Amino acid sequence: MGYVAVKGGTKAIQASVDVYKKKKHISGMDISTEHVKANMNQLIDQVMSEASMYDRNLASHAIKQAEGNMEEAVFLLRAHRSTLPRLYYSTVTNTREMFVERRVSASFKDIPGGQILGASPDFTHRLLDDGITYGSVETEGGIPDEYNYKLDDLPKVIDYLESEGLFTKEAEDNTTPDDITKHSIEFPSSRSQRLQSLTRGQTGAVTSLGYVEIRGYGYSSHPNIGEVRVGQQPVHIDPAGDGDEYYIGDVELTEVEAFMPADDAETSGEGAHEKTFRIGYGLTFGQNETKAIAMSVLDYSLSNPVPSSPTADDEFVLLHIDSVESTGFISHLKLPHYVTFQSVLDRVRQTKGDRD
Amino acid sequence: MKQNYAFLDENSKKEIRRKTLKAIAIPGYQVPFASRELPIARGWGTGGLQLTLSLVGQSDTVKVIDQGSDESVNAVNIRKLIQDTTDVKDTIHTDEATLIQSRHRIPEVPLRPYQILVLQVPLPEPLRPVEPSERITKMLHADREYSGAWLRLFEQIMKYGSITDDADYPVLVNGRYVMAPSPIPRFDNPKMENNDGLILLGAGREKKIYAVPPYTKVTSLAFDDYPFEVESFDDITCRESGLTGVYMDELVDEETGETYYVANDTSFMLEEMNKEGSVR
Amino acid sequence: MSKQGNIALSVKNVSKLYGDGCAYCAAPDATLDKNICPECRTVHACRDVSFDLHNGEILGVVGESGSGKSTLMKMLYFDQEASHGTYHIDDFDSSESSVFGLSGQAKRKIRNEILGMVYQNPVYGLKMDFSSMSNIAEKLIAAGSRNVGEMTGTGDHFLDKVNIPLNRKFDPPANFSGGMQQRVQIAKALSNYPPVLLLDEVTTGLDLSVQADVLELIKEIQREMGISMVVVSHDLAIIRMLCDRTMVMLNGEVIEAGITDQILEDPQHAYTQQLVYSIL
Repeated sequence: MGYVAVKGGTKAIQASVDVYKKKKHISGMDISTEHVKANMNQLIDQVMSEASMYDRNLASHAIKQAEGNMEEAVFLLRAHRSTLPRLYYSTVTNTREMFVERRVSASFKDIPGGQILGASPDFTHRLLDDGITYGSVETEGGIPDEYNYKLDDLPKVIDYLESEGLFTKEAEDNTTPDDITKHSIEFPSSRSQRLQSLTRGQTGAVTSLGYVEIRGYGYSSHPNIGEVRVGQQPVHIDPAGDGDEYYIGDVELTEVEAFMPADDAETSGEGAHEKTFRIGYGLTFGQNETKAIAMSVLDYSLSNPVPSSPTADDEFVLLHIDSVESTGFISHLKLPHYVTFQSVLDRVRQTKGDRD
Repeated sequence: MKQNYAFLDENSKKEIRRKTLKAIAIPGYQVPFASRELPIARGWGTGGLQLTLSLVGQSDTVKVIDQGSDESVNAVNIRKLIQDTTDVKDTIHTDEATLIQSRHRIPEVPLRPYQILVLQVPLPEPLRPVEPSERITKMLHADREYSGAWLRLFEQIMKYGSITDDADYPVLVNGRYVMAPSPIPRFDNPKMENNDGLILLGAGREKKIYAVPPYTKVTSLAFDDYPFEVESFDDITCRESGLTGVYMDELVDEETGETYYVANDTSFMLEEMNKEGSVR
Repeated sequence: MSKQGNIALSVKNVSKLYGDGCAYCAAPDATLDKNICPECRTVHACRDVSFDLHNGEILGVVGESGSGKSTLMKMLYFDQEASHGTYHIDDFDSSESSVFGLSGQAKRKIRNEILGMVYQNPVYGLKMDFSSMSNIAEKLIAAGSRNVGEMTGTGDHFLDKVNIPLNRKFDPPANFSGGMQQRVQIAKALSNYPPVLLLDEVTTGLDLSVQADVLELIKEIQREMGISMVVVSHDLAIIRMLCDRTMVMLNGEVIEAGITDQILEDPQHAYTQQLVYSIL
């Protein structure tokens, strides 16, 4: 009869919780949140991005408490997020003002301002290396930078395409963005809803669907990455709404602008079609380059839908990429369903006619 | 870490209460709300729990049940969270509770006018089995176009000779909206009709709140010549209490291999057994 | 069935534009580049189409692909919204000056109760995985029926009428040939005796012998039930066989209309002449 005894359920469940909490400390060496923070930057970046909460300390805490389980760590942060009052929106921030740490273009070898490789595992061989020594970490936030470029020396790659007449910037949209954490998404979705939903999407889910889109079930072609940039972005608030802005800190961001060759919609008539570029945009908390690229692909696919492609359907994409929602619903299947199953039994017996 | 009273921040609770009022004003209509993440998983009752947390006051007495039992995992888990963050009184007695959160059952004891029953909802859209797209189901509700829901039942009759929808059997509320009553057994559907208490339904993952206010007409979809039928427990008696005419769990005696039945609503069963002159 | 009036449907100056239009193409006598405005590139898929459908007649709409005939049909069945124009339906009482202005709910009522539609592609008209009987019931349910016995009785009657063997009535159309699928669509469209039937290229893509069967069936039904019909086709032979009166469409406009025999014997417009002489 399992765990819905008439009596004793509470006790049994408390015992399970106790065993779980004790089990963590049975053997081996305990690590501190500081260890996580110092050694697991990439994991912290992923967790903060999916939790849509930027706090390295709390993310480290969540990772440790979740025993390194991504979904659990994201879940802990999201739940914590629900308890916090929402005081301000930041003012508009422009990624042209980013303190760039890394910047690569796959489209042009020689981009104005130059390619900045920064820190990345992209160029390493993935060989398990038992020769790495783990010394103490001296400086918080990694090795101090030795950049010798000026911020305004880093124009965006799209600027070049625009100056060549190959890309027309969308008209600036100054309507207040929707906030999907205050109003649930309604369909058809707005672009701001889509971008928010994608950036907090589960890394694996966003990557897989982005892959679907370019491999053969949607755009089915290779986007060109104009630029991936990673860096520190200053954030300001304007508490009184009088234009008096206060700097509240930096967040690390990954930004992707992907170019997709497309037909120019403005032209029509025989032989009058021109090719042009459209853009897909990705932006995530922390260094999450693969996710940001996949996000840019999905931003494109949802804004430029290919008929009957799954990745062109905003409901299909946006309603299924949230880590907390998908893991929650899948895992709830192990909760007791005795009552509904009894109802199923009743129906099955009825169709078999052995009721009477 | 220190927690807020009833976990959520006050602005969130206020928003949920406003959406709840709207839901009560439009019986059976699914009101979208900005569902918050909670310390229990999506799909484990976060919709119901957000309703409970935004409604629970210090004078409330709370009862939480899952599968008809106050001691099932989900109920224990949720009750503990409510108590840890509010310290309100709890009870297993349906009559004593002002706020009852339940998964998959409406208690056997009829609701009283002062009571609120909160049901946890996994899939709030009754038309989802016939139409996957949310924007289209919204349009169908607006146009009161429910042929799809009826057709599904019709096709079951064509295929199996009878309707095979089991739990979460669709109902028509106040003659207007077709509604998923949450996965309660069909046995509980008639309890929604013209009942004295307020029934609120919350779907956390799907971000919808809806309601059946007191004294509302609630009818289960059926055809003239294929009437709605509840699960049959005719001629079945609870082995523990001798009760009949209640929803039963089907169990197997480990020693004899025989099938036997026990009343599913355990607190009701205990109350009945403790009454003077009870069968047992 | 029909009221006493002589006119079942009346359509006045109905247009469908893809694009915003401009001052130039808003003028009724503006010359377009086929159906595209040379100034603003707006596509005029249908331009100022007017006609009456008399009770009991079959009206043909003939034209090449892109002439606007299918767009017109979709507007008549509310699958697409008209950009301009008015639409009256004799059997629907409404205070609105045109049924185009009605709510979604009212438009569905007209679709379900007054019109029957047979699409060129059965995928649009049928649920391919549901039984054929359920496909017919879908229309009956939408029109308000809640009695399974009555619906299956009607279903038997019409499936038999369109020569679907009754031992296959529980099979889904997905398992049927193209001709059978069209016949199920016709049975469904007729099932609640609508006063008006719309047929959009119903025999396109069928083998010649199957085409003949379906056309014979349509004629027979018209004789028996006296239903008014609009038949859209690119095929003059079909128009000749079925239609009392015919409209010829080109680039979104009606260029010629009259008694079918007259149009076929003595076409006035150069395009119609080309059309007629090319096959005769």
